[in-house]
Amino acid sequence: MVKEIERAGIPVVHVCTVTPISMTVGANRIVPAIAIPHPLGNPSLTPADEKQLRRKILTTALDALSTEVDGQTIFEVK
Amino acid sequence: MSKIKVVHYINQFFAGIGGEEFADHKPEIRDGAVGPGMALTGAFGDKAEIIKTVVCGDSYFNENLADAKKAIIDMVRSANPDIFIAGPAFNAGRYGVACGTICEAVKQELNIPVITGMFVENPGAEMFRDKLYIIATKDSAAGMRDAVPAVAALAIKLVNKEPVGASIEEGYLPNNTRVNFFEKERGSKRAVDMLLKKMAGKPFVTEYPMPDFDRVEPNHAVKDIKSATIAIVTSGGIVPKGNPDRIESSSASKYGEYDITGVNDLTDATYETAHGGYDPVYANADADRVLPVDVMRDFEREGIIGKLHNKFYTTVGNGTSTKSSKQFATEYAQKLKNDNVQAVILTST
Repeated sequence: MVKEIERAGIPVVHVCTVTPISMTVGANRIVPAIAIPHPLGNPSLTPADEKQLRRKILTTALDALSTEVDGQTIFEVK
Repeated sequence: MSKIKVVHYINQFFAGIGGEEFADHKPEIRDGAVGPGMALTGAFGDKAEIIKTVVCGDSYFNENLADAKKAIIDMVRSANPDIFIAGPAFNAGRYGVACGTICEAVKQELNIPVITGMFVENPGAEMFRDKLYIIATKDSAAGMRDAVPAVAALAIKLVNKEPVGASIEEGYLPNNTRVNFFEKERGSKRAVDMLLKKMAGKPFVTEYPMPDFDRVEPNHAVKDIKSATIAIVTSGGIVPKGNPDRIESSSASKYGEYDITGVNDLTDATYETAHGGYDPVYANADADRVLPVDVMRDFEREGIIGKLHNKFYTTVGNGTSTKSSKQFATEYAQKLKNDNVQAVILTST
């Protein structure tokens, strides 16, 4: 799906846990997520901390969308 | 002659421990054959024997790669087998990646032959087909009966260091290594047969497939994210509560388009996941963990982005064919384009 969105001319960032799969599939901008059943969350945190974590991942995703890339690039969450 | 000693790797599902809710199962080693190992034992006859079975949850393996690899290699080393067999994984993505990863690691660390099996569209197949022998299987465990004899036959050949034939003869996925063999019929006849089939509109198999480099060049970065309309899309199956379009829990035949105008937070009362390939507890309790509407709304309010697009697109990635996924995304990407969406965040489980 990520490739078809890219092919349509829209920049796309793939947020996923198993980044090697994303590389194989052909995503160009990739942000690693937390875990398979909760990529953008962590149920062991308090709701406030969990939302903060989600915000951090999505901030990285927005950075990825704002960054020119030359090929497949993984943007680590800081 | 003594029997060939085999260590077999399977996931929590095939070990009978349970489904997704047990995908965090840590590696363990058991005596003898378990689950699909029984069928392999039958195919081996008196030539080989599964001495130990290693079981590991698919999520545990993929989320704890280094620890899982180390633990499993230690287990295999202690059993001292002649060959290591993983799976087959059919079209189970995480299982396929686990089988490929652990086979490659065992081959490197312990220097013994390894085999696995999977469906050609399993992401593990593309990752490992040029590094390992991967027996080509059907896309579900219904293909076990065909897969097992091919795995067993190739395993015995590898241990006995017998020559391995071409992929088409042995049943493994083509691995970019050419093996010469004699065809029964000469080239001119095969070519004419192929041409006749083509003219009659019948299926035929080319002997010289073109390599498939399906890569898309990255688009330019978004210049001004503060004024951009951004859409969220997921393969994690988030749908309005009750799954109104009945998107299938695996091998989805459709995608959903849902309006989130005025929605600021996804709750357990309003949204859930239709996905049958991961433990749904966390996504059902708070779907923002997969489709992050809450934080995107905060971004919108704070002026960090221009706008969150008022529709999201969703499907279930579990076992869904590449062909369907491609078709879904081609369709909704055009809609996103027509709606002047400037960027997409796609989340996957």
